[in-house]
Amino acid sequence: MLFKTVRDLVELAEKENKKISHIMIEQEMLVTKKSREEIIAQMDKNLQIMENAVQKGLSGVTSHSGLTGGDAVLLQKYIEKGNHLSGDLLLQAVSMAVATNEVNAAMGMICATPTAGSAGVVPGTLFAVKNKFHPSRQEMIEFLFTAGAFGYVVANNSFISGAAGGCQAEVGSASGMASAAIVEMAGGTPRQSAHAMAITLKNMLGLVCDPVAGLVEVPCIKRNAMGAANAIVAADMALAGIESKIPCDEVIEAMFRVGKMMPSSLRETAQGGLAVTPTALKIQKEIHAGGEK
Amino acid sequence: MKFRSVFDIIGPIMIGPSSSHTAGALRIGKVARNLFGRRPKWAHIHLYGSFAETYKGHGTDVAIVGGLLNFDTFDDRLIRSFEIAKEEGLDYAFFIEQGIPDHPNTAKIVVGDELGELEVVGISVGGGKIEIAEINGFKLKLTGDNPAIVILNNDRFGCIANVANILAKHEINIGHMEVSRKEKGKLALMVLELDENINNEIMDEIHALPNILQVARIVE
Repeated sequence: MLFKTVRDLVELAEKENKKISHIMIEQEMLVTKKSREEIIAQMDKNLQIMENAVQKGLSGVTSHSGLTGGDAVLLQKYIEKGNHLSGDLLLQAVSMAVATNEVNAAMGMICATPTAGSAGVVPGTLFAVKNKFHPSRQEMIEFLFTAGAFGYVVANNSFISGAAGGCQAEVGSASGMASAAIVEMAGGTPRQSAHAMAITLKNMLGLVCDPVAGLVEVPCIKRNAMGAANAIVAADMALAGIESKIPCDEVIEAMFRVGKMMPSSLRETAQGGLAVTPTALKIQKEIHAGGEK
Repeated sequence: MKFRSVFDIIGPIMIGPSSSHTAGALRIGKVARNLFGRRPKWAHIHLYGSFAETYKGHGTDVAIVGGLLNFDTFDDRLIRSFEIAKEEGLDYAFFIEQGIPDHPNTAKIVVGDELGELEVVGISVGGGKIEIAEINGFKLKLTGDNPAIVILNNDRFGCIANVANILAKHEINIGHMEVSRKEKGKLALMVLELDENINNEIMDEIHALPNILQVARIVE
């Protein structure tokens, strides 16, 4: 094992003067005994699935419950009008994150990053920054390895599922992973990637998992939207030279402790938070009645 | 390190909507199918914790049946798995349990046909990754940190040595091993934690040994 913590990862990258994505690929070769080519080909396939999902979402989909869908299209039309308040890149990321999660909710094919419920953030931000940096296919694949390296640390030291640690563990982890990868693609240092991840995750701490009617739709899709926005802003902050006072590994540990304190009602059981609001309960009743006809 | 590969994090490719409640659930069903070694005629599926609370919205039920039909997480027939199960003669029933499990996403699957039955308890730990906690009432003490395979065999002399010989020939180290049987001379099982994943050729080689009934990966 080459690294277990973000600190190991950054120190290794600095010592060997390598990108974090390259260290992740080397570790994968070590663990799986597969060749570099095989590993890169597998990630290329994941990237292809992500592209397909975004395209499908941008053409407009609706979930089986009828609860969600079409918001990615609304955002695209709004961006085209040109009167938007936040920047193009930010809104494109949000729109493509939403597109992916709308496809997921419609039982379409996606690539979990790190989970299905949080599958929008990493591809949404990747395809948005792609328009700015015009990366090669190889560099886009590296983006996913960098995101994966940070997710790998979170998964092994904390958790990545809503049932175990709340939404902070899902969309929180996804956002942190994305911000670290954006920094690398933008030419930032491994240390800046770690700060971006820390800044992002700090702003997601405590986020509960409270899916309306138990569906991965409300509020999951909009949380992916904000997760993407959070990742881009945190990446900009880190690239500006802002540092997280609390080191990334300690933020991950804090996330773990917060998740451990969360009651089961706020961990994907649909028994707390937004899931038990009057409107949510009404939706739940309608869906279950509809499902049994 | 429970999550060993970057593709546990960036992946799997799957039909939505939930990696733990859809893809993970499917994988538990698939382990039950692979251990059983053939398409079962019937399946009793018990759901616990968050699986019990939210299975409908996540398609957990559809996914487990899909796994029992040997579908992959990215197989788009998944959505129609109830229909396909009926066509193929797999009779399934769900039981929503009130008991509080050790892990929120737990499923117990009992499959069978006229020749026998098999029980598997699986846990979906997040991101589509699963752990198998019990097989035929035998609690597995796996750390989840290393790849693991399970072998079902007739309880006869030499089975364990034969398996160990094949692993030795391929220079694969066994980190931990457990053996169990229900009754002397009947069905037995071996669980082996290995230092590395083994490929399909080695799996087939083990399967071809005398008295070996099934070989399946339970931790990758």
